[in-house]
Amino acid sequence: MIKFRVEGRSGVPPSQQIAQQVRQALRMGLLAVGDQLPSVREVVSATAVNPNTVLKAYRDLERQGLVEARAGHGTFVRGRPPGPPPGTHVRLGRAMAACVREARAAGLDDEAIESLLRVALQATAEEDIA
Amino acid sequence: MTPVIETGGLTKRYRRVTALSECTISVPQGRISALVGPNGAGKTTLLRLLAGLATPTAGRAAVLGGAPRQDPAFLAEIGFLAQEIPLYRRMTTEDHIGIGAHLNPRWDGESARARLGDLKIPLDRPVGTLSGGQRAQVALALTLAKRPQVLLLDEPVAALDPLARRHFLATLADAVAEGGLTVILSSHLVADIERTCDHLILLASSRVQLCGDVEDLLSEHRVLVGPRKDTTAIERDHTVVQADRTARQTTLLVRLNGPVITGPEWEAGDVTLEDLVLGYMGADADPATGELATVGGLR
Repeated sequence: MIKFRVEGRSGVPPSQQIAQQVRQALRMGLLAVGDQLPSVREVVSATAVNPNTVLKAYRDLERQGLVEARAGHGTFVRGRPPGPPPGTHVRLGRAMAACVREARAAGLDDEAIESLLRVALQATAEEDIA
Repeated sequence: MTPVIETGGLTKRYRRVTALSECTISVPQGRISALVGPNGAGKTTLLRLLAGLATPTAGRAAVLGGAPRQDPAFLAEIGFLAQEIPLYRRMTTEDHIGIGAHLNPRWDGESARARLGDLKIPLDRPVGTLSGGQRAQVALALTLAKRPQVLLLDEPVAALDPLARRHFLATLADAVAEGGLTVILSSHLVADIERTCDHLILLASSRVQLCGDVEDLLSEHRVLVGPRKDTTAIERDHTVVQADRTARQTTLLVRLNGPVITGPEWEAGDVTLEDLVLGYMGADADPATGELATVGGLR
């Protein structure tokens, strides 16, 4: 079972934060098809998030075909978001962590590292177009 | 579906002071509505009118389909928690649960014991020896033990530390998840509201500035940032709530009256709840807000 972490001042509405965390858990393989999501009551008691907000997040995930609500039983994972299997994310995550560690060791702060990543994203996007 | 709480032109004057002016709001069933506004905006007055603790000078209020009044049948459905938490300091929580059983027709003392037990709050100690957060939880558990359909809370978390606030709001949200409860909660803490409330009523200068679902309200507003000082084109298409102009840059909070079509010199961004609350609080002297009050209220 996964636990949600909802930040109050991130600017991202709580329902989107919950849906994002479910999709991320699916990508990373923390949730698999058939797994049950926490009940609305469980999420509400743990996070103080409005119950309607949790329901909205689950409905959005249902519309995307990722989960299904089974009456009287709860909400279960039905599929994964498009993309490579979870192993790929884990492997790339490790490679990226190594990169970040190297950047930190070289004295870069978070902002500098983020702007490097943005530059890399833009540069490779241009390669794809060209 | 008929709203659980609805008011039209609700006005309260005390001698020469107008505490609440032509307040028109509507709160659907099952919402947790945040009542927000500067001190003296009329929040407490509105809550007292809805609880039947004050009578309006003009206008009407309907709570659960009837006018708020001091009769047992109405009061049994309403939970009201005032700013200064009303508990007897020398008596224990268990004593309070006992008194509640005598005073209320359908009292659920077991639910109060269970809630407070989960929070490890001792029932056998004088309430005065508990921490502020524990006392607030006791008061909330007692109010919920009435099994009200409407819960009106006047800044119950303002004095609590962040952890106690989180626990209080979790108890509240959980009670709403059980079903059958509609809440209005007055608060200054935008982060708490963002987390726990799905509906917003914003008062400023004794008038309603905004009333509606939080997500709808956010999607109806944008922040526009641009170099131009001339904003007539934007003002023609949309309602400018707040404008902040410096020599080089103009920042506008606008309520959209259609799709955002601006020149390339304007950058449009989504608003956060904080942008919205601060924007409308800061704009309360603006003449445009009279009109907005109607737009917000009639939605």
